Amino acid sequence: MLIFERGQAGRRAVAQAPSTTDDLHDIPAALQRKQKPLLPEVGEMQVVRHYTNLSRKNFSIDTHFYPLGSCTMKYNPRGAHRAAMQAGFLGRHPLAHESISQGFLACLYELQEVLKGVTGMKGVSLTPMAGAQGEFAGVAMIRAYHEARKDHERKEILIPSAAHGTNPATAVMCGYKVREIPVNDEGDVDVDALRDAVGPQTAGLMMTNPSTCGVFERSVREIAEIVHAAGGLLYYDGANLNAILGKVRPGDMGFDVMHMNLHKTFATPHGGGGPGAGPVGVGERLLPYLPIPMVGKDEIEGKPRYRWLTEADIPQTIGRLSTFMGNAGVLLRAHYYASVLGREGLLRVGEFSTLNANYLMKKVQDAGFQLAYPKRRATHEFIITLNKQAKELHVSAMDFAKRILDYGYHAPTTYFPLLIPECWLIEPTETESRDELDGFVKAMVQIQAEAENNPELVRGAPYSQPVRRLDDVRAARELDLVWRPTAEQ
Amino acid sequence: MSEIPSELRFMASHEWIRVENDGTAYVGISDHAQSALGDLVYVELPEVGDTITAGDEAGVVESVKAASDIYAPLTGEVVAINEALNDNPELVNSDPYGDGWIYRIRMADPEELEDLLSAEEYAEQIEEEADDQAED
Repeated sequence: MLIFERGQAGRRAVAQAPSTTDDLHDIPAALQRKQKPLLPEVGEMQVVRHYTNLSRKNFSIDTHFYPLGSCTMKYNPRGAHRAAMQAGFLGRHPLAHESISQGFLACLYELQEVLKGVTGMKGVSLTPMAGAQGEFAGVAMIRAYHEARKDHERKEILIPSAAHGTNPATAVMCGYKVREIPVNDEGDVDVDALRDAVGPQTAGLMMTNPSTCGVFERSVREIAEIVHAAGGLLYYDGANLNAILGKVRPGDMGFDVMHMNLHKTFATPHGGGGPGAGPVGVGERLLPYLPIPMVGKDEIEGKPRYRWLTEADIPQTIGRLSTFMGNAGVLLRAHYYASVLGREGLLRVGEFSTLNANYLMKKVQDAGFQLAYPKRRATHEFIITLNKQAKELHVSAMDFAKRILDYGYHAPTTYFPLLIPECWLIEPTETESRDELDGFVKAMVQIQAEAENNPELVRGAPYSQPVRRLDDVRAARELDLVWRPTAEQ
Repeated sequence: MSEIPSELRFMASHEWIRVENDGTAYVGISDHAQSALGDLVYVELPEVGDTITAGDEAGVVESVKAASDIYAPLTGEVVAINEALNDNPELVNSDPYGDGWIYRIRMADPEELEDLLSAEEYAEQIEEEADDQAED
């Protein structure tokens, strides 16, 4: 039920209503609305019940194991929320003068430095407001670089088929043509195909490493050499940075530019569409193009003094991506997370996320499930294929995914990557205990037994959720997104 | 096993081509492709009058599972598009080789047909893909 449907004309939440009357004399009459806005007319109690009941339907990392591959759904520490919610941060106006923003600016500066350290990049800008915006900024910098060199023939971005799904969209948004490079049977890029594909038209290559196949790209050095020799730049998609944190650095692998998903690797909350944060890091060649604002540090009488860096400091910048600094609250949470873990703690993130994934992979394999890349060690995630179940029992990966909700687990990513039929992409993250992982395998084994003995049960799942199986085909074909009062319908 | 009409030609990326007597050809996606994608929810068609080059993207098919490019098998001008797919993308699922055709092209270079797969070759390719998956 929508909150509008709970309303009744004239009902209101008196305690929340503004106590002053509006003075609109300085807004031109032509710009003032003639009709009342469509707002729900509800009392305070109804509002509280409505949202409390909705919140109880949440299926989240705070309530359930959430092994959604490629999304890194790890625990978001409460301490980070508490730190970012301090009055000094919350009450700070985005245009507040630098002199009264030194603490805030210091946090951002330190975060830039931490991210440089863990990625091996030479410069970091925190401003992109999500992974997608970070990707856009990264490829926009590649473009700015080629244009500054008057190298106008470079119109193509190469993308391995095991790259993250957003990469082709980013390249197209930045005006490039996409050429796909195949991967071989073990999940590595087909280096010969890459050699044939590069040339004077190559602007760059976008790569996710570890890839969405859940394996580390073993030929990454060779790939970097091939692309660089052809005059292209290398983009690192940080979607799977959790696997290698503190172990290998994209800068050392030869990448020129990358984005990081702080809402993945640095444990800030994943929203339903935001707010995220997708800082970009660059090597030497792209330093002049970083998006603004960034934070700089001067020494004044032996004391650090932080300030915003703008066009005056970075004249060739690709510019601003938003009005202010990006999602400041998310950046503060990431700063806290990195500070509390420290260098050694961040190293353990990569170790434990990889250990958990490999433990779970072995358990799942021992339980009889088919791995997509049985010869490879998992990184922080791995793929199984339920192709056999789909063919022999007519129970699909989606049926398994719906059924596991009834066992109290969020389903892994399904049908992605597209290379593997009927697949699950499973990412346990480092914050789960061994008991939790064992419980998940037990549920999978039980569902397998159900699929063999009572397939209808699995095909009809879920049974325990607020809604049963949704008709996703009809939902996509017949979009119904805007609520209107009955009289207008 | 999915249906593969013997009179059609195919691309390795699962498009089919039916050559007409007037120098035009119909293009669609194979039964195997529609079945792998699942229920289609949207088809992005090229525009009539577009000139396309063999191997380029000429449209997109989108299902609840995935969005997938449709590649141009031949070079030429688009002379017709299947507008029924705007409202009924499911035609590609129910009748991939008939009412689910996607666009019609006037061939600029009929020799390009030589580069396409015969029905037999396409059937072999699908079988090999299935074997690869079984081995893994």
